[in-house]
Formats: sequence, structure tokens, C-alpha cells
Amino acid sequence: MVKLGDVAQNIRSKNAGPFWITVDIFCGDHYQDICAALPMARLAQIVGQSDIRRFEIPELQVLKVSFVRTAPQGSRFDRDMHGAQWAVLFADVSLVQTA
Amino acid sequence: MPTRVLVPCGVLGLGFDPAALDAGVKARPDIISIDGGSTDSGPFYLGTGTSKYARGVCRRQWRALMVARAAAGVPLVMTTCGTCGVAAMVDEAYAMTRELAAELGQTLTIARLYSDQSPDQIIAAHHQSRLTPLTPAPVIDETRLAAMTHVVALAGAEQIDAALLTGADIVLAGRATDTAGIAALPLRRGEHPGGCWHGAKIGECGAFCSNEPATGVIMMTFDHDGFTVQAMAPKATCTPQSVSAHMLYENVDPFELVEPGGVLDVRAARYEALSGGRVRVEGSHWHAHEEYTVKLEGAYLAGYQTMILAMIREPRYVNEIEAWVADMLITARRDIASSLNLASEDYSLDVRLVGKNAVLGTREPAQSQPIEIGVLLMMTAKDSTTARELADVMNPYMLHHPLSAQEALPTFAFPYSPASVDRGPLYEFGLNHVLHLDDPMQAFRLKVDEVRCG
Repeated sequence: MVKLGDVAQNIRSKNAGPFWITVDIFCGDHYQDICAALPMARLAQIVGQSDIRRFEIPELQVLKVSFVRTAPQGSRFDRDMHGAQWAVLFADVSLVQTA
Repeated sequence: MPTRVLVPCGVLGLGFDPAALDAGVKARPDIISIDGGSTDSGPFYLGTGTSKYARGVCRRQWRALMVARAAAGVPLVMTTCGTCGVAAMVDEAYAMTRELAAELGQTLTIARLYSDQSPDQIIAAHHQSRLTPLTPAPVIDETRLAAMTHVVALAGAEQIDAALLTGADIVLAGRATDTAGIAALPLRRGEHPGGCWHGAKIGECGAFCSNEPATGVIMMTFDHDGFTVQAMAPKATCTPQSVSAHMLYENVDPFELVEPGGVLDVRAARYEALSGGRVRVEGSHWHAHEEYTVKLEGAYLAGYQTMILAMIREPRYVNEIEAWVADMLITARRDIASSLNLASEDYSLDVRLVGKNAVLGTREPAQSQPIEIGVLLMMTAKDSTTARELADVMNPYMLHHPLSAQEALPTFAFPYSPASVDRGPLYEFGLNHVLHLDDPMQAFRLKVDEVRCG
């Protein structure tokens, strides 16, 4: 199974305010393939949120995914103040097979 | 006539290339604008009303900006003073400015804009249904609102402009949106509204939108049709890619940006490379809202924390660490209930296994075989005495808890004495709401002073 981190040029995650995390997937030449093969339901399961927003920016060959933090930034059970390590979870996601 | 806004860097404290600042001053800006804060370092700063950056560093950089302002003969604006933008941090910036004015022999009019909201004001607004929750909104009631140590409203371009219209040489603003200090002057001068807000977003982190982010300094030139961005360091260049990519940064939505009074839409924006590493942007739209709202930020005291770090190297314990943690916690919780008489909802124990899954927790996809594990135990209670007592009860478990009753007590490695560390108060963000205003200045306050040191 091909993982997102194997084909994307770069994946970064960051807080978007204290209550959201946003992930930018710089796809390069694999933009179309990644748009088709990114398993949104699986991502929603991993981040623990059903409301997961996806934006396609073809001019930059970027796919952007934003979701609400399960633990707000800096709250008792938060483990990552800036949310920048979440990118690793996305890199590990297996892409779905497309024809 | 175009309006030129010089942005020295993303935040005071981060730093900029002095030669690039000089080049920026020579390019004749109409205003110099810098941000002084963010929520990005967590709720502690708003909770305590303190700053993250070292005073000495900020002072040195602010001095350079005051010199640049005098040379350019234009206003200098700092928004969100002192990381969190509370009144005390605005006043701290004012004290620093006065000190430097004396040192530099400058006579200045200084406007202070305060963004603080008292708990009473916010409770009243709550009762008058003038608070609207955003997604996701923490649950609020009178008790929670009264417990906020600081609440600030994010000023927009209107409030920054009100401060500029006092004729101030220097504006020191409390909490404001990242863009407000850049957008205010070009908006007043009638430049393209979509261009003003879009350019302000692109410029809010200084040279982050160029290929040399550390140089800091950029010039944003706004006119009736859009804006042009240029990095001021000789080697720094902007490209349509580097500029448009900044709309992604720390934004939930890459196409829209909600500001006080309306929303920016960049779907139709066109980016064009110009000579000299400049980029031209046109086509973004500003949609004004009928109602004027400002976003609120608030932090409350959520408890007190202590922590213990125990290092485990013994292979059998490393291999069976999860079973060990589970058993240790069950045994310890029984002890806490009987010896401290604490109910489970009155405290929390949170174990993070450093070397195994401390960052991602149960989401960690990798199965690793570490040689050692740091067991980081975070203990939270309602008051500091209880948090310390929790640590005292947990100390022997973290040092000696055995995998089975049949074996000799192990002793793990405590890396320092005492093993427990008081983290002190724990603050949490407690608001993600907007406040409806009849007039933009309704929730803000201005104070203007003259400092004569010339």
C-alpha cells in the first residue's frame, strides 16, 4: 500500500487558532492522484472528528485538510501545543487504490 | 496614490535584517506596522497576562523601529503588544517606548488602544445575547465567564484607524487581528478593500511570503486595484507561489478570512510575477457584513499541575510498559481515594510515554522497540496544595511499582531531586465566540499621551 508520505512532496500541520489544526499537503506532480486517493473517512477516524474539511488548491498543487482539535491547544490533555507533529499521522495514511 | 506599508517581521522579538529595514525606510513607506503577539504559544500568556519574548530582545528591536520611524517621518504601529495584548502589556510597551524616547531624544504622541473586556461586560453581553459561538465553542455560563483571568477582543482596522486618527506617531494596540495594523491605513485612503485585506494577510508574517523568511522586512504597496509585495533584503524574492501559499498558513480555510466587519474572499485572486522579485495581486474581494462583530479570546484558571518524569531502562519493564502503566494507575487511584479522599473528577493523572507515544498517544501508528522510556506523569488538581499532595502519593509508585506482586521492588531512574516539578497554574482557552457591537469602538478604549524628550 502506498502511503501519503511516500508520494507527497511535503506535509505540514499547524494550529489554526487554539481550536483547529490544519494540514497542508504539497502534492507536486501527484496532485490529481492524491486528490482521488486520499481516504477522507479514514482520516476522520484517525483525528477523531466527523467534521473534517477538505480544500483543493490546484494552482499550488495543494490539498488542505482542517479539523477541530479533540483537545484544545494547551488544555489539560493536549500533547502538542503547536499541532505541528500531526503531519506525521497524515504521512502514514495509506492511499486508496484507484483505477 | 498608492499606500506603502512597511512590515519589519512577523512579530516583535523574532528579528529582522537591519540592512533590509534601512532599504525599507529609503523606499518611503506611509506607515510601519508590526505585530507583537499570537495565541500560538498557548493559553498561559493570556491566562497570566504576560509576554513570551525577552524584554531585552524586544527593546533592542523596538529601538531600531523607533529610529526607522523617525527617519521615515511616518506612524509606527504595534498590534497585540506583549504576546497576549492585555492592558498591562500595552502599558509595558508604553513604558519601554518612553524609556527609548528619552534615550533617543524623541518627542512623540503615543496612542494606546486597549482591547480588554471585564468579566462583568462579557457576562452582560452574554445575557443580552450579544455573544455568538463559533465552531467549536467552549460551553460558557456566568460562573465560567467570571472565572476568566483575561478576556480580550480582537481589534480590526476600524479601531487601529481610530488610534491613528489621533495623530499619533506611535500606536500601541492591545489584541488585534494579525492583519488589522497593515490594512487600516490603506483602507482609510480608499485603496481596493479586497486588496487591503488580502495583502495584509500575505504580509502579516513579514518575509515568510518570500524565499528568505528570516530577513523579515517586506513592503506592501496597496492601490485602487490590488497590491504589490516586495521583500526588502537584496537576495530575498517573492514568487506567485510563495505569496499565494501564505494564504494556507495557520488558516482553516485557504480561500476565506473572516475579519471584524466582513470576510475576504481570494478565490478569484490572480498572482503575477513582476521584475525585481515583486509579485502583483489583483482580483480578491471583500464582502462587508451587515453586523459588526469582533472575536473574543479568554483564558481561565483550569487547575494546578505537578509532574514527575521517571526513566525506565530495564528491558522487561520497557517491553511491558503498557501493562505496567495500567496496573500502576489502578493501584495508585485506590490509594489516592483513600489517603487523599479525592473523587476521580477532582483530579487527573495523564501518563505520556516518551520514546513510545508521548506525542500522538493512542493515535501513534508505529510500533517501536525503544531501549528506554521516559514515563512523564502530569497530575492536575483544583488547587496547588492538592496537586503537590498528588505528586507525593505518586512518587513511590513512579519509583518502585512492580510488574507483579511476586518480585522484588524495582527502582527506576529519577533524573533529578526532587522528582516532582510544580508547573503551577494551568490555564485553558475558554472562549471561541464573537461579540456584536453597535459601534466598533464600543468595546475598546483609547488613551493618548505626549512624551517630550526632544
